[in-house]
Formats: sequence, structure tokens, C-alpha cells
Amino acid sequence: MAYAMQQLINGISLGMIYGLIAVGYTMVYGIIGMINFAHGDVFMIGAFIALITLLLLQMGGLMDGPAAILLVLLVSMVITALYGWSVERVAYRPLRGSFRLAPLISAIGISIVLQNYVQVSQGARPKPIENLLPGGIEVMRDGPFVVQFSYIQMLIIALTLGVLAAFTLLVTRTPLGRAMRACEQDRKMASLLGIDTDRTISLTFVIGAALAAVAGSMYLLRYGVIDFYIGFLAGVKAFTAAVLGGIGSLPGAVLGGLLIGLIETFWSAYFSVQYKDVAAFSILVLTLIFLPTGLLGRQEVEKV
Amino acid sequence: MLNRRTLLQSGLALPAVIGAGDAFAQGTGPIRIACAGPLTGSNAAAGDQMKVGATQAVADLNAAGGLLGRQVALELGDDACDPRQAVSVANQLAGRRVVFVAGHYCSGSSIPASKVYAEEGVLQMSPASTNPRFTDEGGWNTFRVCGRDDQQGLVAGKYIADNFKGKKVAILHDNQAYGKGLAEETKKSMNAGGLQEVLFTAYNPGERDYSALVSRMKGAGVDVMYIGGYYTEAGLILRQSKEQGMNVTMIGGDSLVTKDFWQITGAAGEGALMTFSSDPRNRPTAARVVQAFKAKNIDPEGYVLYTYAAVEIWAAAAKKLNAVDPRRIAAELKASGPWQSVLGPISFDRKGDVTVPDYVFYVWKNGNYTELKS
Repeated sequence: MAYAMQQLINGISLGMIYGLIAVGYTMVYGIIGMINFAHGDVFMIGAFIALITLLLLQMGGLMDGPAAILLVLLVSMVITALYGWSVERVAYRPLRGSFRLAPLISAIGISIVLQNYVQVSQGARPKPIENLLPGGIEVMRDGPFVVQFSYIQMLIIALTLGVLAAFTLLVTRTPLGRAMRACEQDRKMASLLGIDTDRTISLTFVIGAALAAVAGSMYLLRYGVIDFYIGFLAGVKAFTAAVLGGIGSLPGAVLGGLLIGLIETFWSAYFSVQYKDVAAFSILVLTLIFLPTGLLGRQEVEKV
Repeated sequence: MLNRRTLLQSGLALPAVIGAGDAFAQGTGPIRIACAGPLTGSNAAAGDQMKVGATQAVADLNAAGGLLGRQVALELGDDACDPRQAVSVANQLAGRRVVFVAGHYCSGSSIPASKVYAEEGVLQMSPASTNPRFTDEGGWNTFRVCGRDDQQGLVAGKYIADNFKGKKVAILHDNQAYGKGLAEETKKSMNAGGLQEVLFTAYNPGERDYSALVSRMKGAGVDVMYIGGYYTEAGLILRQSKEQGMNVTMIGGDSLVTKDFWQITGAAGEGALMTFSSDPRNRPTAARVVQAFKAKNIDPEGYVLYTYAAVEIWAAAAKKLNAVDPRRIAAELKASGPWQSVLGPISFDRKGDVTVPDYVFYVWKNGNYTELKS
């Protein structure tokens, strides 16, 4: 019981990070019908900016726990958002209206550029930091087994839920959200009705990148070691999560992330550690056979 | 079609053969040798050690007038510890007419690369690849200046069986040639010493979240974990174990010999143990070279001196024969010896392994590792 509880905590905090990245995939897909393959690397950029900000703060001697973490988070979100905006400007906007595969290829190009840029400018070695929020609370105790719920894990879960709530409000309650939904339904019609679609798409990328920055900062705080290649694996997992949950659906992305995190964790907990990815991907395949649009995806209506 | 292609191939092969003959002959250009290892990727710290060692060795050779009256040029190959990339790097280096390679680092890279080198007539001496298969299955061209995992695992397993009697031991590995081989040898020797492990499992290298694995060990009440794997993952697993409140002693292999390990673990690394050869930096034969490194503000830790020694020993054999023909040098290395090097005198057996390997335990304390006094 205690053991399952501990694994549940592990799985949820891992799944939340996947979910945060998956939201970025799903948003961009929702609005332009295209997978942003550079998103995993934007996440990696977010983690690196958080690292650099943190080191600068430490150098300046301005280190006091929560305030520093908040500052790191904000700086990383702002700068990563700029990267997201540039990615859209460089890789997507010039190709809008060209054939369907072109932006896909240019996004892969951006992904390679970002990886190599960080590799060259920051070096190829893994970059470690110490644990900023050590400790946690003891949830329950079963003989010698203590269920540990660390402060970082709590922060990740709280922050993800908070960010998602704010974001859902943005999409459902604000003029920008309305414009985004309009673009998603019919971009040409939206522009005829006076919506600046280019600006709306740009803002979607900016928001997606800011969410990736939150995920990157959390990743850095949780695991303490990053390198230029982390975007690949995390990106693949988050993409899987987005597809599992139903690509284009926001709650679906978080649900998918949670499921992937939980499947991986519980498979490692009770079966074999090395085959957890096989388990996660098998469940994805099974889901897609029976629910081709994912768990919460809407049936695509073919427009004539 | 077939005919034309074979013709074309033989046409392409011809200049290569002539080229190879040319390289071994008493030419006038520099003698090309290479250092290949993970210059990027998660083992880049080790690759850097190798690069530093090889660069210094070649600089010292050239400062002393070169080899056979010619300068020695060093090529660098980056395999990122990826077996596929290692094969293409090996082909590239062979294409540049390299006669000797000090490398690679990961056993999983060294083994496939050695097949390419054997075909292309290149001598390979690894400073770090400890998997037995490297020389067991190797051809005429494989040598190493480090020990073997069956020797390293023997020492580690015996130590665990002797010192942790009655404790719960988990053995983990990364399913790669080095890690898995080492874990299996350790298990064998530990079991022979009368101690059974409670968990023997593989983890996926390259990931960051090992919390599920850690909780599993916590559930099994593990007191000691042996990790056959590289420093990044070993460091992360140890760090996450301490974060989950486990009181566990970690034991690892020679891949942890880098300060980067401590960077990852931080204070969680206190008391971690590892096996490695007795520190070459303290040997009298290394004093002069260590001085030279210290002057450049480099700590010749880990594999720096091993790579230096590989180049040094190759050069000594070439000098003795007054030729750089890899096959003749290979035969000479096995036939003669001991060869003087920064590591001390080294002799090779007929497989290309060093005849007197020594493994001792080191313990991490406060960011530094020191030999464990038993």
C-alpha cells in the first residue's frame, strides 16, 4: 500500500511534466494543424535559461529559496517565449500557404539548429545544479518504508495545475482565446471577420513556449541535471502523451501526460524497469486502434 | 551491372591499397595517429580526459624530435559512446590513413570499431574499455592499458560479500556492453562469496527520472546498490535515492572516476565507493608528466594518464622496430616488454590485455576520491 502510494506520487509528478510539454504540442496542432517538432528543444532552451538565470542569481548572492525560484521561472518564461516567437517567425510564417510538409521539415531543421546551438555555446557535458528545495514530508509509514513526498514534487503538481487553470481561462474567457478558437475552426473565415490570424498564431507559439519554459525549469529543479539532448526524449514522450490524450485537446494533453507517467512508473514498479517504454507505447497503440482520435479528441469533421 | 559495380569497386580500392602502402613506408609527411572517444554526449567528461592525455603525449613526442624523424599528427574522433557512430568514426579515421588509435572509451564503441580497424589495418589500444569481449573477440589489433571487467568485478563482488554480509544488495546495470558485463561479473563473484542479491535489473541510460526504480529498491529494503553503468546515470540514481530518504551505500566501477560524478550527486555522493586502478597520478613514473599537466592547470584524473600511456607505449614499440607498420608493432608489443610508461612498466599477454592489472577501492569524500585503506 505504502509502496503503491510512493509510486503514485512518482508517477504523477513525472506525468505532470510530460503534460506541461504536451500542452504546447497540442495547442500548436489545434491552431495550425501541424506538429511543432521543435517544441522539445524549446523545452530544453527553457531549462538552460532557467539554469543560467539561477547561476547568475547565485553569483549575485541573491539566493533565497522560493523568491529565487519564482524569478527564475519568470525570466525563463519570458526569454523562452521570445524563442517560441522566433521559431514561428523563421520556420512557420514564411511557409504558410506552401505545401503541407514544408513547415514540418523546417521545424525539424529548427530542432537541429537549437540542439547544436546549445551544444556549441554551452558545451556537451551534462550541467548539474544542487537541489534547491531539499526535503519533503512523510506521507505515511509502513514499517521501515517511508513514503516521501518531496517539496519539489509538490511544487511541480501545484504549478502545473495552476498554469493549466490559468490557461484554460485564457482560452475560454478572453478575446485572445476566442480568436484562437476561431482560427482553429476556420482560419480563412476568421481573418475575413477581422481577426489578425498571424498575430494569433504567433501568440499561440509564445504561450506554448512559455509553458515549455515552466516544464524546463521544473525539470531542472527536479532532476538537477540537464544537457543539450534532453529535449529529444522528453519531446517524444510528451508528443506521445498529446496523441494519447487526443491531439488538439488541452485536458487531453494533461490526461495523456499523467497516463504515460503513471504507466511508466507502475510498469517499472511491478514488472521490468527496462521495458517501461514498451508498455507505454503498447498502450498508445491499443488506444489508437479503438479510439483513433485519442482519449478526449474530437472527431475531425471534413470540411467541403 | 554487377560487373560494372565490381570493376568500380576494385578501381576505388586500388588507390586505397597504394595509399596504405605509402603511409607505412618511410614517407616524409607526419605520421597520423588518432584519439577516439565520447567528445560529446553524456560521457563527454571522459572523452575530454582522453583528448587531454593524447594531446599532451603527442606534444611531448614531437618536442623530443618526433618519431622516426617525422612529426606525429593527432586526429580526433567523436563517437558519443554510440556504437553506430563509433563504426563511422573508425571508417573515417582509417580513411585518413591513421596507423594507430588510442580509444575508444565505452566498450560498446570499442568492440564494433575494432572490427573496422582490424580490416583496415589499424592498431587500436583502449585506455578505458574494460569489457572482456574487446580483447577476447578482438583480432590481431586490439590492446588495452586498463584492466578487464572480470578482474574488476571479481574485486568488487568479493568486497561486497566480505563487507556487507547479511545486507540487502541490489545490482543494476544499463544494458550496455560495459555496464552489463561489469554487473554480471560482480554478481558472479558476490554469489560465490555467499551473498545473494535481492534485485538484479537493468535501467534505461539517457533518462533523468529514476524515481520508480529508486522506490522499488526502497520497497525491497536495499542497503547496498552496485551500479554497472556510467557516471551520469549512476550519479542521478544515487541522488534520487537520497532524496527519497534511502540510506544506501553505492558501489560503482571505473567509469565514476571523474569530478563530474560529484557535480551530479553533490553531498549525496559522500561515501560512494568505486573500483579503479591504484591512482596512477601518485606513481613515480608519472611525476614528470603530472607536473606538466599541473603547470597547465589540468588535473590528470581518470583516463588522462592511461591515454597518455597508450600513445607512449605505441611510440616506444615503433621506435624499437624503426617502423610504424601496425601489424609488426602489434606482434612486437606482445612479444617484448615490459614497456616503460607513465603508468609504470606494462606487458601485454597474447590477447592484448595487461598482464598485471590491479583494482583497488576508492571512496568519495567531500568532492574528492581517495584510495580506501582496508
